Amino acid sequence: MSALLEVRNLQVRVEEREILHGLSLTVNKGEVHAIMGPNGSGKSTLSHVIAGKPGYEVTGGEILFKGEDLLEMDPDERAAKGVFLAFQYPVEIPGVATMTFLRTALNAQRKARGESEYSTPDFLKKVREVAASLNIPQEMLRRGVNVGFSGGEKKRNEVLQMALFEPSLCILDEMDSGLDIDALRIAADGVNALRSSERAMVVITHYQRLLNYIVPDFVHVMSKGRVVKSGGKELALELEESGYAQFEDQAA
Amino acid sequence: MPAELETVERVRRIDVDQYRYGFETIIESEKAPKGLSEDIVRFISAKKDEPEWMLEWRLEAYRRWLTMQEPTWARVDYPKIDYQDLYYYSAPKQKKALASLDEVDPEILKTYEKLGIPLREQEILAGVVRPEGETDGEAPRRVAVDAVFDSVSVATTFQAELKKAGVIFMPISHALREHPDLVRKYLGTVVPTSDNFFATLNSAVFSDGSFVYVPPGVRCPMELSTYFRINERNTGQFERTLIIADKGSYVSYLEGCTAPQRDENQLHAAVVELIALDDAEIKYSTVQNWYPGNSEGKGGVYNFVTKRGDCRGKNSKISWTQVETGSAITWKYPSCILRGDNSRGEFYSIAISNGYQQVDSGTKMIHLGKNTTSRIISKGIAAGKSQNTYRGLVSAHRKATGSRNFTACDSLLIGDKCGAHTVPYVEAKNSSALFEHEATTSKISEDVLFYCVQRGLSQEEAVGLVVNGFVRDVLQQLPMEFAVEAQKLISISLEGSVG
Ligand SMILES: Nc1ncnc2c1ncn2[C@@H]1O[C@H](COP(=O)(O)OP(=O)(O)OP(=O)(O)O)[C@@H](O)[C@H]1O
Ligand SMILES: [Mg+2]
Repeated sequence: MSALLEVRNLQVRVEEREILHGLSLTVNKGEVHAIMGPNGSGKSTLSHVIAGKPGYEVTGGEILFKGEDLLEMDPDERAAKGVFLAFQYPVEIPGVATMTFLRTALNAQRKARGESEYSTPDFLKKVREVAASLNIPQEMLRRGVNVGFSGGEKKRNEVLQMALFEPSLCILDEMDSGLDIDALRIAADGVNALRSSERAMVVITHYQRLLNYIVPDFVHVMSKGRVVKSGGKELALELEESGYAQFEDQAA
Repeated sequence: MPAELETVERVRRIDVDQYRYGFETIIESEKAPKGLSEDIVRFISAKKDEPEWMLEWRLEAYRRWLTMQEPTWARVDYPKIDYQDLYYYSAPKQKKALASLDEVDPEILKTYEKLGIPLREQEILAGVVRPEGETDGEAPRRVAVDAVFDSVSVATTFQAELKKAGVIFMPISHALREHPDLVRKYLGTVVPTSDNFFATLNSAVFSDGSFVYVPPGVRCPMELSTYFRINERNTGQFERTLIIADKGSYVSYLEGCTAPQRDENQLHAAVVELIALDDAEIKYSTVQNWYPGNSEGKGGVYNFVTKRGDCRGKNSKISWTQVETGSAITWKYPSCILRGDNSRGEFYSIAISNGYQQVDSGTKMIHLGKNTTSRIISKGIAAGKSQNTYRGLVSAHRKATGSRNFTACDSLLIGDKCGAHTVPYVEAKNSSALFEHEATTSKISEDVLFYCVQRGLSQEEAVGLVVNGFVRDVLQQLPMEFAVEAQKLISISLEGSVG
């Protein structure tokens, strides 16, 4: 059986500069992978390329998702197929109520998959349930998307969307940055609730602490555009002790 | 279904460069010969069976017009208009005066149907309007429609109920016959015949338009609405609208326009005059989506409009709301003269340009009375190779003590081949006036678009959503049913704006 996500020897350039130099990563259904690594090592770049953000030039390698060539798909097509990226910096969309946004996006995805749209009561019920479990007040959903949200609220809103869209691959880019302890626990609980044998997660983080809440099956260390070491969850603890310096040479 | 979803669907269905309203109604029309002369002015006046004073009024305007120059200060560029190469009168042929819609030429009704008017109007004409999902236990909203087909109003609905309330709502040509004193008292008192080149031309040759009079203390029982439509080849459309809200009255009026696709450019020079007496309020909303020209910048309507409201009485209020998505050239500055003490003027505008459209639009708030206030919220969106200019004037007269203005002009650029410009003029002749001005120009953010696309929206749906968010403050000023339509229109007009 093929992997859910298969990144093979990926090379990526941004503005003539190569950022990823042949990165490989295999993620199977049901697994949680953590990616760690120093600032600027290319973690967000990898997540953007998987999600299809414009501005990146793939000069080599391939990405297969459920056995299909992901790089051939438009980003909205990838979303409908189950790729979800929780952004490191979620944007604000003034004037577009969060509720409207959620519904428009959810129904766009369902439509793209040939599924029927949610009825209003079903949709509302679902959003309310998920929002309550994440401690998101209804009032927040009436506001513009992320407008005036605190850092923690923005991140919770990302988890809310993840729960709502039920993607098969969740990439969380520094979900823990800017969250206080309580907010982190709530968000992590939300993520853990979504763990299933049908779904995989790629958790990008700088801190072991998040991995105490979301316990990974695998940990990868990225440095200078490559995966330089992979291991079990104990690798994260090791990193906490020794830092990234030991990998710098290997990456060069 | 929520408006956004509908928008999204609608956008999906429509091909780029395909104007939905591009068709032509084949009705025999009765036309005056091409060109403009005193004889043509006389012909128009005679056709309308007008009183002698009206003819004189027109002729005076015509003579004046001959001495005037077309203005060149706006940031618009178009080939010279040959005023002798246009038709100035064209009326659908009809045998007798019409009593009801049943008698209207089915071809015309079909045209309205294609226009999408029946989406709402079929219900309205049947007497019930209750937009789905908006049933908050309120009385159903209703709209009376006075349809101006080319130059002649073909049907007016809801007359009876309006009559009961004492509201006069009819084609101005009829008002000239039935209420000549009222028309004579107010016509040209806000926009004088000598006002500007296009307004003067309109005064000489206007063919029809709407007339509204709301008597003292009356709250007009429904929204009044007119649909204009340019159909005849090379017919200039010159409507004239006159709305008077007498003391303590209220009226909300909506004008919506569409025109069929054309290769030749079509001239449109309307004049709208609003008069609010003591404690009266007029809310005037426009949704304009005339043919903007094709993707090479060919064709499209030239829209040179003079709209002005006079807050003549104390505590009166005039509010302009416009959604401008069409026309090749837009030259339009709905303004308020704040004459009465404590009067208030508002201007809410969404101006969208795409392709090769050129928009030069804004407002003037002229503070004459004491403690007058005004508010300007302008949202300009430029896409494609279009140019979008906000031009505004806020002035306070020496006696306008305590006057206040707040202006916010936001421009959004989509792509890098378009331009947005803001040209605000401020003149305060007394030191107690307080004018605030805010302006922003931003490019539509790639990060925001990607965020939406990552959540499953197509690139175009994402642009539509972001733009609708950008203009939300203004959309909220529109009557509910029109806001929904305007929202669709905005997305449609941004078709093909992203690569
Ligand atoms: N649009 C861009 N233009 C130029 N350089 C870029 C661009 N995007 C990313 N880079 C560069 O690519 C490298 C990797 O960036 P990336 O954001 O992927 O790192 P990261 O591992 O996510 O870092 P952090 O831990 O700080 O979030 C950095 O050197 C960055 O400056
Ligand atoms: Mg990063």
